[in-house]
Amino acid sequence: MDALLLSRIQFGFVISFHILFPAFTIGLASWLMFLEWRWLRTRDGVWWDLYKFWSKVFAISFGMGVVSGIVMSFQFGTNWSVLSERAGNVLGPLLSYEVLTAFFLEAGFLGVMLFGAQKVRPVVHLFCTCMVALGTLISTFWIIAAISWMHTPQGHVLQGGVFSPGDWWAIIFNPSFPYRLAHMVLAAFITTCFVIGGTAAWHLRGGVQRGMALKMLKLSIAFGAIAVPAQVLMGDQHGLNTLEHQPIKVAAMEAHWHAGPPGAGVPLVLFAVPRQAEARNDFEVAIPRLGSLILTHSLDGEILALTSVAPADRPPVLPVFVAFRVMVGIGMLMLLVVAASCWAWWRGRLAQSAWVLRGWQLLSAAGFVALLAGWWVTEMGRQPWVIYGLLRTADAVSPNLQASTVAASLAGYAVVYAIIFGAGIWYLWRLLKKGPQAGETPPSHGSGAKTPARPMSAAGEADIAEGAHP
Amino acid sequence: MNAADLMLTTADGAAFWLPVAWLGVIGFGVLMYVLLDGFVLGLGILAPLSRDSGQLDHMMNTAAPIWDGNETWLVLGGAGLMAAFPRAYALVLSSLYLPVLAMLLGLIFRGVAFEFRFKGRGVARRAWGAAFSLGSIVAAFSQGVILAALVQGLPMQGGQYSGGAWGWFSPFAVMTGVALVGGYALLGAGWLILKTEGPLHEQARGWARPLMVAVLAFMGLVSAALPYLDSRVMARWFEGSNFLWLAPVPLLTLAVGWWLWRDASLGKGGQRPHDARPFLWTLALFALGFAGLLLGIWPYLVPPHLTVWGAASPPESQGFVMWGLVFLLPLILGYTAWSYRVFRGKVTVDAGYH
Repeated sequence: MDALLLSRIQFGFVISFHILFPAFTIGLASWLMFLEWRWLRTRDGVWWDLYKFWSKVFAISFGMGVVSGIVMSFQFGTNWSVLSERAGNVLGPLLSYEVLTAFFLEAGFLGVMLFGAQKVRPVVHLFCTCMVALGTLISTFWIIAAISWMHTPQGHVLQGGVFSPGDWWAIIFNPSFPYRLAHMVLAAFITTCFVIGGTAAWHLRGGVQRGMALKMLKLSIAFGAIAVPAQVLMGDQHGLNTLEHQPIKVAAMEAHWHAGPPGAGVPLVLFAVPRQAEARNDFEVAIPRLGSLILTHSLDGEILALTSVAPADRPPVLPVFVAFRVMVGIGMLMLLVVAASCWAWWRGRLAQSAWVLRGWQLLSAAGFVALLAGWWVTEMGRQPWVIYGLLRTADAVSPNLQASTVAASLAGYAVVYAIIFGAGIWYLWRLLKKGPQAGETPPSHGSGAKTPARPMSAAGEADIAEGAHP
Repeated sequence: MNAADLMLTTADGAAFWLPVAWLGVIGFGVLMYVLLDGFVLGLGILAPLSRDSGQLDHMMNTAAPIWDGNETWLVLGGAGLMAAFPRAYALVLSSLYLPVLAMLLGLIFRGVAFEFRFKGRGVARRAWGAAFSLGSIVAAFSQGVILAALVQGLPMQGGQYSGGAWGWFSPFAVMTGVALVGGYALLGAGWLILKTEGPLHEQARGWARPLMVAVLAFMGLVSAALPYLDSRVMARWFEGSNFLWLAPVPLLTLAVGWWLWRDASLGKGGQRPHDARPFLWTLALFALGFAGLLLGIWPYLVPPHLTVWGAASPPESQGFVMWGLVFLLPLILGYTAWSYRVFRGKVTVDAGYH
């Protein structure tokens, strides 16, 4: 294996781990904002109990997102120095704005949000929660702008292989940006929604704080009933946009190797084993014309076939094809569970309907799988390009990087991530299993203002109160 | 006439001043990082000296609400370098692959320990305490090595780094790494004097003086080694009458050292020594060391190969973010200061979790 392949594996590995946490905290921050707002409006302690519970989950997830994110901000320089040197003029400013407008905002208000409930007035505390939530969304805006520009570059001036900014407005609002941003934010919200709904179903079945669990489940169903269908529509729009700007990626998603006779349309391939070297599929099961209908919204619409470009310009078809089906499949399951839940709720049998609860529980973590699959579709589908049509991934890797060095770092990341994320997910699972506690102390500035805050870990109080402290 | 002088005569207007302003911004960002995350890393470096698990709780609690914001300055440094000086960013990070990797892995362990240590029990709790400490030491040492590698000059051939995976390694790099570990420990001790009371406070006062002596000794050693390095950093210090103009920096350093020595005293005469001053003096000590270094390096980013102008991105890139910086940096400093204010005062040992 050479430094290029190892660098690609390493990048895919560290970013796949990283993205799970920001995606989860984007949704979770808005959920916390909603809970605290409800508490402030109603002064019903249940809302605050839920806030405390989910803020502990948030603290662990955010911590893991931060430490894995720092790796990302240096990864471009260590392994992809040619990309940084050539496109740094464009990508650097976008990432700088992410730090200035989002990371500092999140970090600055996170401390007060997690540890300062008794140190500031309740409305100020809500403001801090809002700033953290806003920070996660602003962060999404900038990072998606940078990624989208690499997929559909425009607004730049290319001189001697170096990209320089020509029109910042065109760079940020590039053709795929709005679709990608909406698709990603919805995906993040839905991922969080299913973790909340799945946890609620788990608690309902296990008899943990049933009142709070039912509240969470109903909110998840209501949100899912809007967001999941919206995501299906959004995904369709994003697909049309990709077909327009990256048609070969769509061909890879569909394992569409050869153009059919005129007017025959494109079939929808349900199952196949794509063979990259022979440019064909084995064991193909396909429905004629349905592909055309979905992709082009007409029965005889054509899409570009993979063989219309040289083999060296084709993305790896098998992983793109499979990942796309995983993403869509999970989306369909989510739609099914949400529809069944609405039906059960309408019939007034929500808490008793075992299949609905089981469905939510099964799909608790499905959002993460769909999210990763979606990113793999879009990122592997753009290969062999890192800046679409302009800079190949193979030309972007750091020169003079020895394979042994990258192998060592990849092994280092693998070991460290296994320890860190293994432990983190274990602690998260333990926290979720335990469930919310009734009767948490709500913010009441004035009573404890003279005593300094008890920061420790944002999520640790309960464990320590159990007598874990030596 | 060297490259820097050439740029001084040819570049004008925005093409001259923007890179200079950006060097100021990145210098400020790095200084903020070194000062703020420095004292948090210092807590991890001092952790092995803590007497028991409760005392380590106490130390970590002083930083739990603010460490994340402190670390963000490092990300600003990275992103800012990529935006303003992409050539330097690409060259430095790909050349210093292993120390950067070590720093990142160290920071990962240090960062998650804040959350995980309080969730583990028994062995797990001790293990995360060790991870906090080791992560901090590795991160601090690697940062010293990275700094040293830049100052001593990267081996280059035909505009490309030619040193291989270990090209940065030298006794000087190891010495600077150790020096930074000691320096951060001093910052950590100053922070603990400010934020704690009781036995930990007394212990921190006891740590401050020996650490300060070590730091000043290292500063002397590093300064003495600089003129002999390939990169010719610090040559400016000894050119003609320059030393007279620059003399205030070492003189102030010695003065700050003296004040720190005085204010770090354990105050046995019944007179309560000042709690905030030792921390402020340690900050000043670092700021002076940093200023001395910047004066020596100027106008290079990667001495002696890349000047700020040679590494600069076009004015369209630098200007675009500079607008944001002008408006956002005061805002960031404002709400950061506010969050420190919310958590002002001593963090006591007994409150909370019993």
